[in-house]
Amino acid sequence: MFAFLARRLAATIPVLLVVAVLVFLMLRLTPGDPAAVLAGDAASPEQIAQIREGLGLDKSIPQQFGIWFGRMLHGDLGKSYYYKTEVTTLVAQRLEPTLSLTIVTIVVAVLVAVPLGVLAAWRFGGWLDRTLMGFSVMGFSVPVFVLAYLLIWGVSLKLGWLPVQGYKRIADGLGPWFIHLVLPAITLSVVYIALIARVTRAAVLDTLGEDYIRTARAKGLPESKVLMRHALANAAVPIATVIGIGIALLIGGVVVTESVYAIPGLGRLTVDAVLARDFPTIQGVILFFSVIYVVINLLVDLSYVFFDPRIRY
Amino acid sequence: MASSASPVPAVAPSAAAPDFEALSVESATVVVQPSLWQRVRRNGSVRLGGAVLLLLVAIALAAPWLDTVDPSLFDPASRDLLPGKSGEITTLEGETIEHTFRMGSDSFGRDIYSRVLYGTRVSLLVGLFTAVVAITFGTLLGLMAGYLRWLDGILMRVMDGLMSIPAILIAIALVAMWRGSLLTVVIAIAIPEIPRVTRLVRSLVLTIREEPYVEAAISMGTPTWKIMLRHILPNTVAPLIVQGTFICASGILVEAILSFLGVGLPPDIPTWGNVMAEGRSQFNEFPHNIFFPGIFLAVTVLAVNILGDGLRDTLDPKMAKRV
Repeated sequence: MFAFLARRLAATIPVLLVVAVLVFLMLRLTPGDPAAVLAGDAASPEQIAQIREGLGLDKSIPQQFGIWFGRMLHGDLGKSYYYKTEVTTLVAQRLEPTLSLTIVTIVVAVLVAVPLGVLAAWRFGGWLDRTLMGFSVMGFSVPVFVLAYLLIWGVSLKLGWLPVQGYKRIADGLGPWFIHLVLPAITLSVVYIALIARVTRAAVLDTLGEDYIRTARAKGLPESKVLMRHALANAAVPIATVIGIGIALLIGGVVVTESVYAIPGLGRLTVDAVLARDFPTIQGVILFFSVIYVVINLLVDLSYVFFDPRIRY
Repeated sequence: MASSASPVPAVAPSAAAPDFEALSVESATVVVQPSLWQRVRRNGSVRLGGAVLLLLVAIALAAPWLDTVDPSLFDPASRDLLPGKSGEITTLEGETIEHTFRMGSDSFGRDIYSRVLYGTRVSLLVGLFTAVVAITFGTLLGLMAGYLRWLDGILMRVMDGLMSIPAILIAIALVAMWRGSLLTVVIAIAIPEIPRVTRLVRSLVLTIREEPYVEAAISMGTPTWKIMLRHILPNTVAPLIVQGTFICASGILVEAILSFLGVGLPPDIPTWGNVMAEGRSQFNEFPHNIFFPGIFLAVTVLAVNILGDGLRDTLDPKMAKRV
């Protein structure tokens, strides 16, 4: 197990390194002076010169990368020229809303998608199955922001049930916090539900054809037990995998959802930084999201042991 | 068999005699396997998605003749009209004409209907170009990774890294640095799609290169580029068409998201995302500014996805089984 953990961690490092190189190169491949780009449109020549010196732009590209990477390892992502603060501070400030939104979304999505997928596989070809498959194609096609406005229009403006926009911190009370998250979480979860339900259905459908399912039924086990204990338990690995991979989709959705619902999280920060051409912040946020994504998928890989005792690393 | 005590049946059953009538040539039916193209054409999803898509192409091409005005025209007198209302609009020649705003107007007094119809052109082009760019580069890299051992490791690590950065973030960052134009938006959307194509092509190459006919070609001294072009590339066409359709759908979606967030194509280009971005501030009073382009966008992406599902089921049955 520990040998595996070490191997798996070692395999993650090159991926993270490549991510760092790509994020670094994104800025260097921009036409023009990176210092001027980094300083922003309103910077004075002195500021640009200062940045050029600070980044060591007179040195070679590999040396520049070394400087940048070394700072990053020390937790220094640079300074946002727009917000005038350290990018790490900025990310920390914006973390709570994004974390709240994504965690609520993941919980909602898994609780809805997995049972639906199991039932669809159980009644393969039935009305639930066909409805779910139709819904999943729709879920992939309806743009997040169109869905968001549809929900705001219907639930908040016409019915007046929920707040239109905004975010309340957990410190302000769990009730207001949750009420402000309901619509964004529903919006964000649709694509995720479509994805997870589809894969759950396919995975459970696969296991339902196995001999041990027939045995379980033959020995008179109730259908619910056959489905949960035998079919779903054996389909857990692909489901866990897609939940991990789907995080990428979720992060993309966060950027849009937070913009529409005016949630001051990391997604909103990304868009604001891009509109202000605040490159240190853009780099920092992209790096942060990518690291989170890689780490989550690492954890998903490790969770296979838990889902499938046959897997021994 | 339980009661067969005597080895010879007591009565020779005349009814059991072979029915020579039924075996005659006349009654035998010849089963003709439908060709691939026929199966694609008969697939319900392909028909539905394809029909809607053709309709959208027709709308895009015929936009000037569908009672539209130039999408950049505006008239302060016709601001914020509700759908179906008539108002006036000033043409480029400075002439004021009466015009029906079928989908209402925005806060500049522009005709949403015209902008949405012309926006169809932009969306379809972006989707098509994104798919072509991603497939072209992805295929090239995939062929190289699958065939050149020394390149494989490093190239696939780069692709792994690229896949670890959420697609929309790459696109947003690239457009922000290059500033939005049709070319930069297409490239920015295509880049995060490339790793998936590369992986697909690489895995196909690795399977196909073990086939006897490729081994035969190698043993006959066929140059590598010829093997790739003649033997390997044709086998990747069907899965790539399927993949390309899905990339097209996601390209249309991502372009709309970028434009909607204000980081896509410049606001003067009529795209669905831009129309929706302009409608954001007034959504409470005039939701039609977002809903009409939103419906077009959703229907287009849905049609392309349904077409892709149908193509996958018919062209790439192995993949259809997996998902």
